[in-house]
Amino acid sequence: MRTLIKFENIVKEFDGQLVLKGINLEINENEFVTLLGPSGCGKTTLLRILGGFVDQTEGKIFFEDIEISNVPAYKREINTVFQKYALFPHMNVFDNIAFGLHIKKQSKDIIQQKVNKMLRLVGLDGFEDKMVTLLSGGQQQRVAIARALVNEPMVLLLDEPLGALDLKLRKEMQHELKKIQKEVGITFIYVTHDQEEALTMSDKIVVINNGEIQQIGTPIDIYNEPENRFVADFIGESNIIEGFMIEDYQVMFDDKKFECVDYGFDDKESVDIVIRPEDIDIVTPEMGMLKGIIRSSIFKGVHYEMSVETEYRDFIVHTTDYTEPGKEVGLHFFPEDIHVMYKMGTY
Amino acid sequence: MSTFRNLVKPYMLWMGIFIIIPMLLIVFYAFTTKGNDVITVKFTMDNFLKFFDSVYIKVLLKSLNIALITTIVCIILGYPVAYIIANTKQKTQTLLMLLITIPMWINTLVKTYAWISVLSDNGIVNSFLAKLGLAPITMMYTDFAVTLGMVYNFLPFMILEIYTALAKLDRSLIDAGNDLGANKLQIFQKIVFPLSLSGVISGITLVFLPSVSTFVIPKLLGGGQYMLIGNLIENQFITVGEWNFGSAISLIMACIILISMYFTRKFDQDKSENGNKKEVKHA
Repeated sequence: MRTLIKFENIVKEFDGQLVLKGINLEINENEFVTLLGPSGCGKTTLLRILGGFVDQTEGKIFFEDIEISNVPAYKREINTVFQKYALFPHMNVFDNIAFGLHIKKQSKDIIQQKVNKMLRLVGLDGFEDKMVTLLSGGQQQRVAIARALVNEPMVLLLDEPLGALDLKLRKEMQHELKKIQKEVGITFIYVTHDQEEALTMSDKIVVINNGEIQQIGTPIDIYNEPENRFVADFIGESNIIEGFMIEDYQVMFDDKKFECVDYGFDDKESVDIVIRPEDIDIVTPEMGMLKGIIRSSIFKGVHYEMSVETEYRDFIVHTTDYTEPGKEVGLHFFPEDIHVMYKMGTY
Repeated sequence: MSTFRNLVKPYMLWMGIFIIIPMLLIVFYAFTTKGNDVITVKFTMDNFLKFFDSVYIKVLLKSLNIALITTIVCIILGYPVAYIIANTKQKTQTLLMLLITIPMWINTLVKTYAWISVLSDNGIVNSFLAKLGLAPITMMYTDFAVTLGMVYNFLPFMILEIYTALAKLDRSLIDAGNDLGANKLQIFQKIVFPLSLSGVISGITLVFLPSVSTFVIPKLLGGGQYMLIGNLIENQFITVGEWNFGSAISLIMACIILISMYFTRKFDQDKSENGNKKEVKHA
């Protein structure tokens, strides 16, 4: 795949506060990339810098190997779906979608044709004469997507576009967005704080915290091999434990030695260890690697979320089998379920 | 609920005494002849017919004309000012809007007298011209002076209304326009201006209506011979003592204002059809 966009050491300062601390990132053609992080981590700022709405304090942006750092927003081949859609309230659906084409002075026939094609793509045929203010949130969302895509950009930026929708609609739109992306075959850069959304849709996830990239990888990489405590904690639920490596494939925590699949650390190096709640099995106390007492068991729909108190810490365990609180149990996990990470700030 | 409803009653009484009854009195005067008493009431249409004399119609047309010019000048001067203010920093905006509204705290009469000392034959402007060795210009008692006085007095209302419309404009709409390839001028033409029209319309209402009926400004800056519809009404009541005719003119004016308000409202609704205003209705 060809590199389409390259961020080179992007720094952004707002009133003396560093929002982005030197972002280096490459984005390929036809990729669905998600910038994921908690609110205030700088992900939206990075997107707005790419869109041309905010100037970076330092650093360069390349688009197809041409620097676009100083190209104004209206000249960039990038379109945006804004957080609150930003539809023009004085225009109907057709005129909203046709706005960009009108600006480019395209002929009436072509505009008509392209807008109709977009309306079909987002499933809004027959809505062209409706005023946008009369549409539901989901419909406005579709108009916003159509309005951006009709300009045939090479990149579509989406700034938390599903944030205002209810859960069911959000899930529907997630699949639809992914479908649209495959259909039009362009790069989508998607900003969200919702890790589930990121895991569902992305080809590549960029986890950002405090203006720094924490990890870049596929959803599976990010989930299974979090690079540090922050990523492990932010993506899904996890038990994060401090420990140290005895040698390759041997880690020690809670005064016990465990086999693991990680290597390449220094001997006796302090590490963070993550064990996902669904990777822990509840067994009889004799069979377990750690012993503990179940303190609570909450029904979550598909699984029970249990809190198991052991000598050193409470473990969260997800299991489909109910065990009543107060019972003494053993915890069992396999070597590949133990993920060893570098301590934050040392990698 | 009902206890709250009772609270409205004193207000309704107040409205009745101070608004409804005086209005009814005006209507009563307009349709009767002079010299009525409690027992004999003579109804007539003469007061209205009298108005359709060419002299009075001319006064009416002149009033409408001056008010129209005032309104247009206010839009031309007010829009850029409001636009510039709305695009400054939040703190600067507050300060500038305060400066714009300060003159509104001062009595119209005082402000208009101040203009006399500026415009009169040996006023500030003319003494300055004399120093430069230029011939003095007569400005007092002309249409120019009256229009200037009106523009000066009513401009803050126009700025205030347009500024409010511009300030509440969603900034992300401008980003969206930018994103879709529109340059600054195109964004203004296609997004900012259409969405600020509601402010312009309410500005027109706030400037045009008082300009049509004002009598202080034309009296002071236009002189005793200068006759606009407001002065005509004032004269009928105070100088001539023709309360019946004065009331009839007032009613005619009220009708004209009502009709013009109807049309501006209608225009406003057509423009922002299904826009912000209708959204509220449908919500």
